[in-house]
Amino acid sequence: MPELVLPDRLRGVEPVRSIRTPARLDYEFTAGRATSRFLRGVAEKRLLGQRCPVCRKVYVPPRGACPTDGVPTEEEVELGHTGTVTTFCVVNVQFYGQAMELPYVSALILLDGSDLPIMHLLQEVSADDVHMGMRVEAVWVPDDEIEPTLESIRYFRPNGEPDAPWDSYKDNV
Amino acid sequence: MRDIAVISFAQSPQVRRQPDLNEVEMLMPVVRDALAGAGITKDRVDFVCSASSDYLAGQAFSFVMTLDAVGPWPPISESHVDMDGAWAAYEAWVKMQMGHVDVALVYAYGKSSPGDIRRVLTRQLDPYYLGPLWPDSVSLAALQARCGLDAGSFTKADMAEVAARSRRDAKANAWAQLSGDDDPAELLGRDELVSPLHVHDCPPVTDGAAAVVLAAGDVARELCARPAWIRGIDHRIEPHALGLRDLTRSVSTEQAATAAGVADGPVQLAELHAPFTHQELILRSALGLGDDVVVNPSGGALCANAIMTAGLIRLGEAASRVTAGDADRAVAHATSGPCLQQNLVCVLEGE
Repeated sequence: MPELVLPDRLRGVEPVRSIRTPARLDYEFTAGRATSRFLRGVAEKRLLGQRCPVCRKVYVPPRGACPTDGVPTEEEVELGHTGTVTTFCVVNVQFYGQAMELPYVSALILLDGSDLPIMHLLQEVSADDVHMGMRVEAVWVPDDEIEPTLESIRYFRPNGEPDAPWDSYKDNV
Repeated sequence: MRDIAVISFAQSPQVRRQPDLNEVEMLMPVVRDALAGAGITKDRVDFVCSASSDYLAGQAFSFVMTLDAVGPWPPISESHVDMDGAWAAYEAWVKMQMGHVDVALVYAYGKSSPGDIRRVLTRQLDPYYLGPLWPDSVSLAALQARCGLDAGSFTKADMAEVAARSRRDAKANAWAQLSGDDDPAELLGRDELVSPLHVHDCPPVTDGAAAVVLAAGDVARELCARPAWIRGIDHRIEPHALGLRDLTRSVSTEQAATAAGVADGPVQLAELHAPFTHQELILRSALGLGDDVVVNPSGGALCANAIMTAGLIRLGEAASRVTAGDADRAVAHATSGPCLQQNLVCVLEGE
């Protein structure tokens, strides 16, 4: 390496040890055909999944492809507003931007008729009482507040049915 | 060295904006067509290599969801590059040379429409000196064109000829985004976009996807009547700092061309990944292509330039012309980075 000779005006000057270079880019997200149909369904208070023509599994929210078979999922399937808790997490840690009161429960819920759980909030139940196999139902926002977003379901709550048998959700934990 | 060939190529329509489809929906028919072109199903594929960029989607690990298009279950052998798909093809070729893989699927996709591509591409510049200045991709290309014009390497009329020829050739390419009959003199009469570049000197902003299937030795012969054999492939890169480079030539292309053996035989056809008109002129010279070589019969990147994808399309276009018997020996080229920073050269031959 040749010796680095600084010009006189830079000698004895404190070296730059760090710089700050903020960057921001804005994007328009494309939901795609399948997910758009799902979101439009939500705006009508309907939950629409799609079935794989090969393995017959029903995905929700659909992304238009079966991740197992790599084929388009075109057959639409209307799902119930009830489901089964497959796994869950009791959140006890406060973090930036959090709107929920602690502790709260975030759960994976297998909607009846589907083969892929969605993540949502569980309310109207003590965190201590939440368990795998618990049967729950969707609580929607008032009709005049419904929009094409999963936030149109405020949360899920227990619906009082007996627990689902393990075999009915064991492939989704 | 094992004999490895391109045996199938497919692409999506290359369009300015694909607002209906997400990436996996755009890609799925392309993967299906590439496999069908090779007469195989996914079970026959030993290795999948994909190319895309999170900076286009604005989403971390965005390629993971696109893997749905290949049905990665039971678990598959798979890799990804944050580079143009031509480099994914290179990785697959290396893996095939090691002897573990006989059939590889290589795909690439890029939707530029969700973001502002000229700003997005500034993020590939060095983060200390150039990146913070946000010099956009067209401005940097204009700087390179100015260097070439001042050095007398080419004229603006030469550049307009490249644009007119590309658009004319693209009329025969159903997948191209731009095509038409343009008079070079009339193109030169229009306003400049970023001096000295006019709109016709610049690539369109494109959403698109492409895929090729590679196969080795007798498997390639079994699956394809006339495989496009990869006789040489190499890629080289130049320094990150533009000030350290001679922008009027492409040293890395010259080196890759020598290593790939471009001059070892006559070249009939070349697909060059030149997003800007003057870059085709620099590349022709770097590759030592004579006037008798057919350049970019597809219309090239001036007529469709899906980022991360347009280089793989050059490989696919050149290979499919060898397979069709239009050429016995062809060159495919791909580029990446500002002002032709990194270049890949591939020599393809029929048997």
